[in-house]
Amino acid sequence: MAKTDALQGSLDLLVLKILSRRPRLHGYAIMAAIASTSGEVLRAEEGSLYPALYRMEEAGWIRAEWIKKDSGRRARIYELTAAGKKQLGAEESRWQSVSLAINRVLREA
Amino acid sequence: MSLWSRISNAVRGERLNREIEEELQLHIEEAIASGRDPGEARRTFGSILRQREASHSIRVAGWLESLLADVRFGWRQLCRNKVTSVAAVISLALGIGSCVAAFRLIDALLWRPLPISSASRLYVLSRKLIGLYGKPIEDGYWATPEFKLMRDAVHDQADLIAISDADRTDIAWSSDDDMEKARVAYVSGNMFPLFGLEPALGRLLIPGDDRGPGSGPYAVLSWDHWNHRFGRDPHVLGRSLHIGDQTFEIIGVGPRDFTGTEKGTVTDIFLPLSMNSLASQNSVDWHRTFLMLKPGINPSTALEPMRQHLSAVNRTFETCCTTWFRGASKADIDRFLNQTLAFSPAGAGISELQKEYRRFLGVLGLMVALVLLIACVNVANMMTAQAAARSQEMALRVSIGAGRRRLVRLILAQSALLALLASVLGAFLAAWSAPFVLRLVNPPDNPARLALPADWRVLLFGFGLMILVVLLLGLLPALRASAVRPVAALKGGEDPHSPRRLMRGAIALQVAFCFLVLFLSSLFVTSFQRLENRPLGFSTDRLLLLETAAGKGQLPVDWNQTAEALRAAPGVDSVAIAGWPLLGHIRINSDISINGAPPSPTPAWFLNVSPAWLSTMKIPLVSGRDFRPEDTSPGAAIVNETFVKTFFPGSIGPTFDPIGRTFTRGANQPLNKIVGVTPDVPYSDLREPNRPIFYVPFDEIDDKSAPKPVNFATFAIHTEAKNPLALADSLRQLIAERHNGLRVSNSTTQLDLVRDQTIRERLIATLAAFFAAVALLLAGIGLYAVLNYSVLQRRREIGIRMAIGSTRAGIVRIVTLDVFLMIALGGCAGVALGFGAARYVESLFYQVKATDADMIALPACAILLTALVATLPAVLRALRTNPTEILRVE
Repeated sequence: MAKTDALQGSLDLLVLKILSRRPRLHGYAIMAAIASTSGEVLRAEEGSLYPALYRMEEAGWIRAEWIKKDSGRRARIYELTAAGKKQLGAEESRWQSVSLAINRVLREA
Repeated sequence: MSLWSRISNAVRGERLNREIEEELQLHIEEAIASGRDPGEARRTFGSILRQREASHSIRVAGWLESLLADVRFGWRQLCRNKVTSVAAVISLALGIGSCVAAFRLIDALLWRPLPISSASRLYVLSRKLIGLYGKPIEDGYWATPEFKLMRDAVHDQADLIAISDADRTDIAWSSDDDMEKARVAYVSGNMFPLFGLEPALGRLLIPGDDRGPGSGPYAVLSWDHWNHRFGRDPHVLGRSLHIGDQTFEIIGVGPRDFTGTEKGTVTDIFLPLSMNSLASQNSVDWHRTFLMLKPGINPSTALEPMRQHLSAVNRTFETCCTTWFRGASKADIDRFLNQTLAFSPAGAGISELQKEYRRFLGVLGLMVALVLLIACVNVANMMTAQAAARSQEMALRVSIGAGRRRLVRLILAQSALLALLASVLGAFLAAWSAPFVLRLVNPPDNPARLALPADWRVLLFGFGLMILVVLLLGLLPALRASAVRPVAALKGGEDPHSPRRLMRGAIALQVAFCFLVLFLSSLFVTSFQRLENRPLGFSTDRLLLLETAAGKGQLPVDWNQTAEALRAAPGVDSVAIAGWPLLGHIRINSDISINGAPPSPTPAWFLNVSPAWLSTMKIPLVSGRDFRPEDTSPGAAIVNETFVKTFFPGSIGPTFDPIGRTFTRGANQPLNKIVGVTPDVPYSDLREPNRPIFYVPFDEIDDKSAPKPVNFATFAIHTEAKNPLALADSLRQLIAERHNGLRVSNSTTQLDLVRDQTIRERLIATLAAFFAAVALLLAGIGLYAVLNYSVLQRRREIGIRMAIGSTRAGIVRIVTLDVFLMIALGGCAGVALGFGAARYVESLFYQVKATDADMIALPACAILLTALVATLPAVLRALRTNPTEILRVE
């Protein structure tokens, strides 16, 4: 359980960060962006990506919209809201302090 | 926003699922397009279905979605059995609507606080005493001088307010106008300020208007009268109002919702107490006395000392009045003076209507509650049967993991739907029926009037009732459903009898309630019939009554000349004059002393009548003669048979002749000589046993033999036409044109007066018969349904029994025996309940006792007959069972 929480926390951060740089992405594009910017190190599982997206949408951090793609199919794209930007800031600083703390532990030990 | 989107997602659940699926599908396509292996791309998602469920539950308010699903499912269930559902809704609506209507009436008359400030601090004073004639009475009326003494005695803790009943009074708006009737109440000057009332126009009465006789010739109209009579004309201020020989000036209009303290009556005009000539008399108890605690006085500690203080004041006052009981024995007077003063909360007003209808409304409430219960039991039975039919489905649901809570909710949702539909329908019924019943309460020309607002009190009651109905309907089936054991149910039922046991218990309950309703209603209907068929002893045929007033009083000769003129009018057969009509709710008694002895312990009642009144009323003479024009009162008298029996006891016999005997009206009064004897006739109230009555001549003389003027009397006119009221207008005109001071204030017929006597009995008999019919119908339907269901369930058993040679009689016996046992059980419980209830309402019966054999036999027969009719289809179905067919199916 704790593992999922930690993963979720970082998954939220990654999604928010990606959307803050490149707004209006659909689910697959978000996953691809996480993979490419992390140099294929980080992979968001499809099984957790979509529930996370819906959860963040309900929380009001991101906003979804259906658009028509060139192929004629519909796609659901996501962008950051003001609350999402704030949340991103909070998540980022939380991540910074956690990783700092972990680094410190690694150094000391 | 988030909650809202989840709620709206719950409503459009299907669409949401499609959207989620579409999005996931697109994702897979993109993955494949970017070179992933299609199989692997799909696998990463796992099952699309599970994915969708996980995503779905995030985006939806789950509880709401399942609730909506339950409601939809319940609705489908109701639609599947349309006929039963409609019957269920209608029977529940009837029950709920009647209950709400009864609540509206009871609340409006008995519970709703008056629209005044601090109604909770208002009490009314009464005294319990043994009357002069040995009967315990509770007297709520007081003499004004005593009121003033009491007011001064407690003035530092409470204010006393005097308010007379709003009697129908003859008034005129200018001396030329026709007279009309209005309800006039005399109130002490402190009433309006203490009640915290503000005028809608002008000003209200103040203590200064009520200082003494003639000090305040001012009148305040009620808002209602201003609206009805004057169309809210603001120029009404300053107009003059004539009552008798007094003239009042209109100074204001009361607040909109205040109609007086007499519930059921709307006061039209408020006058200062001291303007009534009765206010100066020590011996006339004529108004109520209210007590308003001052703010900050604690009722639990202050009331009792105040009551004792006022008791002492009352005793002192009554003692100084004992001179009025000349001739009464010392013991009688002592007993009379032994009075107990009582305070009763009066925040909801006080009126005769409350007293008269309290028990009636109690019975009505009981009957509608029973009808609702019967309807609930019916519908619960129906749902139990449906649930039993679905027990395999339920078991399946439980075994594939449906929560038991969800099952309970499923059934509660269905009953809530039923209750909701029934409540909506019932609300219409209640909106119509409460005013309808109220209209039937009093005679049409003098209707009872109550504010019946549909405010939060009524809504709250209706809502509470609905919840109760939901629980009554759903709880049992729901508990049964949730206790279902999948293994047993799927195997084909572990105990097939258990739902039937429950339903049989319900039958016993239903029969008990139904019997109670039937029993009460047969008591009421019989009471009404006996009352209506009571022999009158006089004829009501073609008898017109013109109640006539003469402001300052006119001499008998004027009245007689007017009667003569009426006699000459076309279409008139005969005319006579009486002080007031028989059964017109007026009664005046008088002490009787025989041979100069002290007055007897019982009084007699009297009526002034002109010669030929007896023949006009078709009252025969047993012996003696009618009055002659030269007879005067005191002097001659005609008495009824009860009078002879009461005042000449021991002398009854064929040889005794009362003609020529004398009596006086109290000690030291002039002699009256009996000139005739009549049979007994009802005097003022049809319900009462015969009273001793004496008639005296209409022409009265004072002690100097001068004729006494008469203020009011009633012309009794026997007409040739079938409808006596057709002549009323022309005769009223004829009297007005004589300009001798006589004016008709009301015209009615003797037949209407007799009918008005039985209004309450008629109303309760009609309602009781209606609810009895409904209860019987519902019980019959319930019985039919249960039996039908049980035969269906026991098809297999019946088939086997038939196959192994059971006789038809045997089959009928096993199908009906336990049901009739239940009916017998319910009937016995009903009798017990009925005796209990009947004791509470005994006062409403007329010559009927709960223990009369036919009162029990009648409902019992009705229930048995209904049971026979209701069980017939099921029995026939059982007999038609084809054993081979059943056994082949199995």
